[in-house]
Amino acid sequence: MTDDMKNVKNDDRPPLRAQNVPGNVARRHAERITEEAVKNSSASSGGGDNGEQFSLNDDRRVKVLSPGAMVAKRFFRNRIAVVGLAILAFMFLFSFAGGLISPYTENQQFYRVEYQNKDYAGVVQNTEFRYMQADGQKFDSVLQAQFVLAFQTKKDSFTYREIDYNVYAEGEDYYRVTLAEDDTTIGIAYKDIVTSSVEGQKLSFTLVSDALAAFTNGEAAFTSDGADYTIDEAGVVLKGDDEVAFISRYVVNPVMSDVFLSRGFQEELVVALEDGVDEFVYTDENGETHTYSVSYRPDMKTWSVMQATETRVYDTYAAPSRAHWLGTDRNGMDMMTRLMYGGRVSLLIGFIVEAISTVLGIILGGIAGYFGKWVDNLIMRIVDIFYCIPSMPIIIILGAAMDAMSVDPQIRMVYLMLILGFLGWPSMARLIRGQILSLREQEFMTATEAGGIRVSRRIFKHLIPNVIPQIIVSVTMGIGGTIITEATLSFLGLGVKFPFASWGNIINDVNNTFVLTTYWFIWIPAGTLLLLTVLAFNLVGDGLRDAFDPRMKR
Amino acid sequence: MRKFILKRILLSIVIFFFVMLIIYTLMRCLPTSYIESVARQKSMQPGSKSFEEWMEQLTAMYNMDKGILAGFFGWLGDFFRGNFGDSWFYTVPVIEKFNDTVWLSFVMGLIAFFFELIIAIPLGIVAATKQYSRADYVISVIALAGISLPTFFFASLLKLLFSVKLGWFDLFGLVGRNYNQLSAWGQFLDKGHHLVLPIVTLVVISVGSLMRYTRTNMLEVLNADYIRTARAKGLSEKKVIYHHAFRNTLIPLVTIVGGSLPGLFSGALITETLYSIPGIGYTSYNAMVAGDIPFSMFYLAFLAILTLLGNLIADVLYAVVDPRVRIA
Repeated sequence: MTDDMKNVKNDDRPPLRAQNVPGNVARRHAERITEEAVKNSSASSGGGDNGEQFSLNDDRRVKVLSPGAMVAKRFFRNRIAVVGLAILAFMFLFSFAGGLISPYTENQQFYRVEYQNKDYAGVVQNTEFRYMQADGQKFDSVLQAQFVLAFQTKKDSFTYREIDYNVYAEGEDYYRVTLAEDDTTIGIAYKDIVTSSVEGQKLSFTLVSDALAAFTNGEAAFTSDGADYTIDEAGVVLKGDDEVAFISRYVVNPVMSDVFLSRGFQEELVVALEDGVDEFVYTDENGETHTYSVSYRPDMKTWSVMQATETRVYDTYAAPSRAHWLGTDRNGMDMMTRLMYGGRVSLLIGFIVEAISTVLGIILGGIAGYFGKWVDNLIMRIVDIFYCIPSMPIIIILGAAMDAMSVDPQIRMVYLMLILGFLGWPSMARLIRGQILSLREQEFMTATEAGGIRVSRRIFKHLIPNVIPQIIVSVTMGIGGTIITEATLSFLGLGVKFPFASWGNIINDVNNTFVLTTYWFIWIPAGTLLLLTVLAFNLVGDGLRDAFDPRMKR
Repeated sequence: MRKFILKRILLSIVIFFFVMLIIYTLMRCLPTSYIESVARQKSMQPGSKSFEEWMEQLTAMYNMDKGILAGFFGWLGDFFRGNFGDSWFYTVPVIEKFNDTVWLSFVMGLIAFFFELIIAIPLGIVAATKQYSRADYVISVIALAGISLPTFFFASLLKLLFSVKLGWFDLFGLVGRNYNQLSAWGQFLDKGHHLVLPIVTLVVISVGSLMRYTRTNMLEVLNADYIRTARAKGLSEKKVIYHHAFRNTLIPLVTIVGGSLPGLFSGALITETLYSIPGIGYTSYNAMVAGDIPFSMFYLAFLAILTLLGNLIADVLYAVVDPRVRIA
């Protein structure tokens, strides 16, 4: 007997009782209207469990399930549909609960410290003559040019405007120009640059010329204006122990205008350059050690000194790690968190769009189906017109127009939902109208008419509930389609916009071929989630269709 | 029959009228900054008219100076006279650009459609005849996966695998770098080579629904009484399925195939854009994003006509193939 019971329970088409005949929703409904009593029998269902003995033809031997339970039972027997349901459950948890659990927020950006070699200083070896004019004399640019001419032709004198000048080579690359008639010095020309060690203090002509004379001839000491000076190897001119000036062939300039290069830095740098090093360590007055890399550019005859500086940059395209399970995206935001919030947007848009088109479809389809005649004709022609509107191009054009008007991303999302919803209702209206056309001929509708029920109530309380299985199936599969449409638009950059995440606009980054080839974690997870979600909606929709009406199973 | 077709054509024309009215209204409500920028550009040229004059001339040229309804009738008149205007974005007559691009799309669509048919129909029939078998589940899930696969994601996967990892195909474009040095035959092969990935994408994306459609209809036929009769007569299973069942499955299939034929001209908007194939889809996408109203209007009208034509063909074929269908 227990075996018998099992068979009854597991059979797809259990006992022949009116409320259990699957599929014939309308008849079921008709009985609900006429006989309230049926409820009682189905409520007090189930014998057997408590071990009572019934005669073989006793109704109570048969386990009676409510229509909803029948559907659920059939649905859960469909393994593929259950897999789909599980995927959906996961996606909802991931998207809606995930955002709460995730330690990061949707738009939180991450930084990383990067060492960048920034140009710090440039060093040029001076190859041009510098000139200095003696006090009270005139050594202007014309005379300087004449000097260069004389120097190039290796003459030791030149004449300009009938005045003769003499040129004396006083040392290596160091020349003194005098008036020929009385041999007074009018200026000097030199390549080694003399800079004052004390900021803002100008060096006198005498000191400069004497220092250069000594330096270019390799002398370590000289006398000028009665004071004794010494020059060390690096070219530092000392008066006693005080540093007065600094002589060097190199010009050191900071790259940034707000950086002051200390004398010590310049001296050590020049020494390092003469040794031909490519790395240079300098300890400044505060005792901080900085490392600079030095490179020589032969084409410009310059050395560039680079300082490794710490810079905080957005942590873009970071590889998956413990902190960021799926790495970070182009804006340095956590990918996993973006995916969660993106799922929220994608699912919500799917639901809202379907809700809009379903409500519109139910109202218009219901009215058309119930009234028939010219109402039906009118509404169905409107449906035809909407069917014929190429929706994707229209949405693309509207998206581009919203781009041009730079609509706020949030309002844009609302518009997107409205547009998609408004373009989607005709198929729902067709489906409902088709069902209602046949349903309204049935007896229970005659009963409602006889009962004097209002027309709106007749449509929405008695006809529409009978179409609910078809509506649920169509909505479930429709959500999948809507999610794809939204993702495609976002992928093209015409749907959901930054700062909001959506699975489509996350994948949008593959438009950059470098991302496509290098950073799989940017787009593969989002695409997989998208595929799984849509697939799950379709599987569940399929399973529901079979469960609602096993005779339709195909 | 003739009366039926005539009635359907007349209805289609009415629908077309309203569809285009809606689309035209929509386009007119968009910001017309493009005309302004063109006028500004033209007025900059030496010895040119002033900006206002250009603006006036251009708005008159595009019927933008009239009200929406009058402008629409102007556009409709031009459209039926075969005067489609000049594309703003491509700066050539719309019809010229259209002729340059539509055939590529058609060839691509036709090849893809052919593959869809030879894949979907046999698999759909196998799934239906072996209902609830493992093969049926696998085919059904694959079909659903194909339907669920977002085009752009699948295209990206294909690109990663075949273009980047294996290096078999180029990432974008219709022709290779050395196209101009190739012989005529080489150029043909080069184009074919570049069309492989787009066609594979198209086939995989759209094969699923056709497969499901075949399966559903085959199942319906297999459950019909005359199949039971055929089996009862003692016919071999082979004969039942391929002789009796398949022929009846062909009725809805022929209808849907016939109805899809005009759609082959519409171009694959997304796929062409993803692979930068200069077919009608990609060309229109660029025009639409750039706010090129003459080209967009033409393309939308073209799509609407194709849809109506498809429906018409499907209805007529249904009536032709299945004599049981009574003509309303």
